[in-house]
Amino acid sequence: MIVKEEHELHKRRRRRNLALGGVLLAFVLLVFAVTIVKLANGQMIKAF
Amino acid sequence: MTDASIIRPREADPEFGDYVALLKPRVMSLVVFTAIVGLAAAPSGVHPVIAFAALLCVAVGAGASGALNMWWDADIDAQMARTRGRPVPSGRVAAGEALALGLALSVLSVMMLALFANFVAAGLLAFTIFFYAVIYTMWLKRATPQNIVIGGAAGALPPVIGWAIATGGVSVEALLMFALIFMWTPPHFWALALFRNEDYRRVGVPMMPVTAGPRATRAQIFAYAALLAPVALAPAFTQVGGWVYLAVAAALNLRFVQLAWRVRRRSEAEAEADGYAAEKKLFGFSIVYLFAHFAALLVEAAIRAATGAAAPFALI
Repeated sequence: MIVKEEHELHKRRRRRNLALGGVLLAFVLLVFAVTIVKLANGQMIKAF
Repeated sequence: MTDASIIRPREADPEFGDYVALLKPRVMSLVVFTAIVGLAAAPSGVHPVIAFAALLCVAVGAGASGALNMWWDADIDAQMARTRGRPVPSGRVAAGEALALGLALSVLSVMMLALFANFVAAGLLAFTIFFYAVIYTMWLKRATPQNIVIGGAAGALPPVIGWAIATGGVSVEALLMFALIFMWTPPHFWALALFRNEDYRRVGVPMMPVTAGPRATRAQIFAYAALLAPVALAPAFTQVGGWVYLAVAAALNLRFVQLAWRVRRRSEAEAEADGYAAEKKLFGFSIVYLFAHFAALLVEAAIRAATGAAAPFALI
């Protein structure tokens, strides 16, 4: 049997998952932005 | 057959906001603000994107140490009115999850700060997290009334990290900003502890009023306030100071010492009679005091950036 009923809990979890996904996406964009800036400035960017 | 299995308590199922609360956003905002000032006051600048990314690491690192603190202190937090609603004692976040989040974000923030900025800043952040989570929370907090005096070092480091992000090192100016917060912490917390004494006594945290009594605490508050004044004025005579800072610091310290003296003179009976009005006033003013000092340093940095003028009273 497939449970189709949407529980308040599912809504809460979806909100949490979307927010965490947003945080991860923001992190990726941040690393990308810093990389561009460091490349543009010709700084040493090796990650040791 | 019983239906006990049906009514078992719901497992922790946190919302995103509970994770945010674990990072102590209010403490984080003060950390970020002082780190920004440390960065802005430094003589060499960094690219705005790098500065933003690095400050984010400092914020997340501070938040991570907050999560570790809430994981460790859940037992006493549950018994104090002020902290009862925190995510772990209220059951919204499992203790193990708070620990995992704290550890993961600690490692990530230090690692990314090393890559974004430099190793000095990253090392200082790692030390700050370790000092707050291990030295203060796990060791000193429940062991000695000097807990917040020594633990204050963790709260005092963010402007030094900010300075290190910009310069790659540490200097007299950064150490004076450290000393300002370090000396400010005891009178700030003991003023709070005087009117929250009962909470701390019940959970057995040896705050100064619990172990040494309110009389001695009042004397200590005034002593620290008096010693704080010259420390707070000193940055005026360095490269980060100037007229604005000198004027602001002079006014604030005069008032702070005055309020501390009022607290010093009172007996416990007098304090109880008016609901700890003077102590609450000192506590409230102490927050304005610290904020205004760092705001003045920010103004000085803006003036130097706009006019290119050197600090007027710089001795070093």
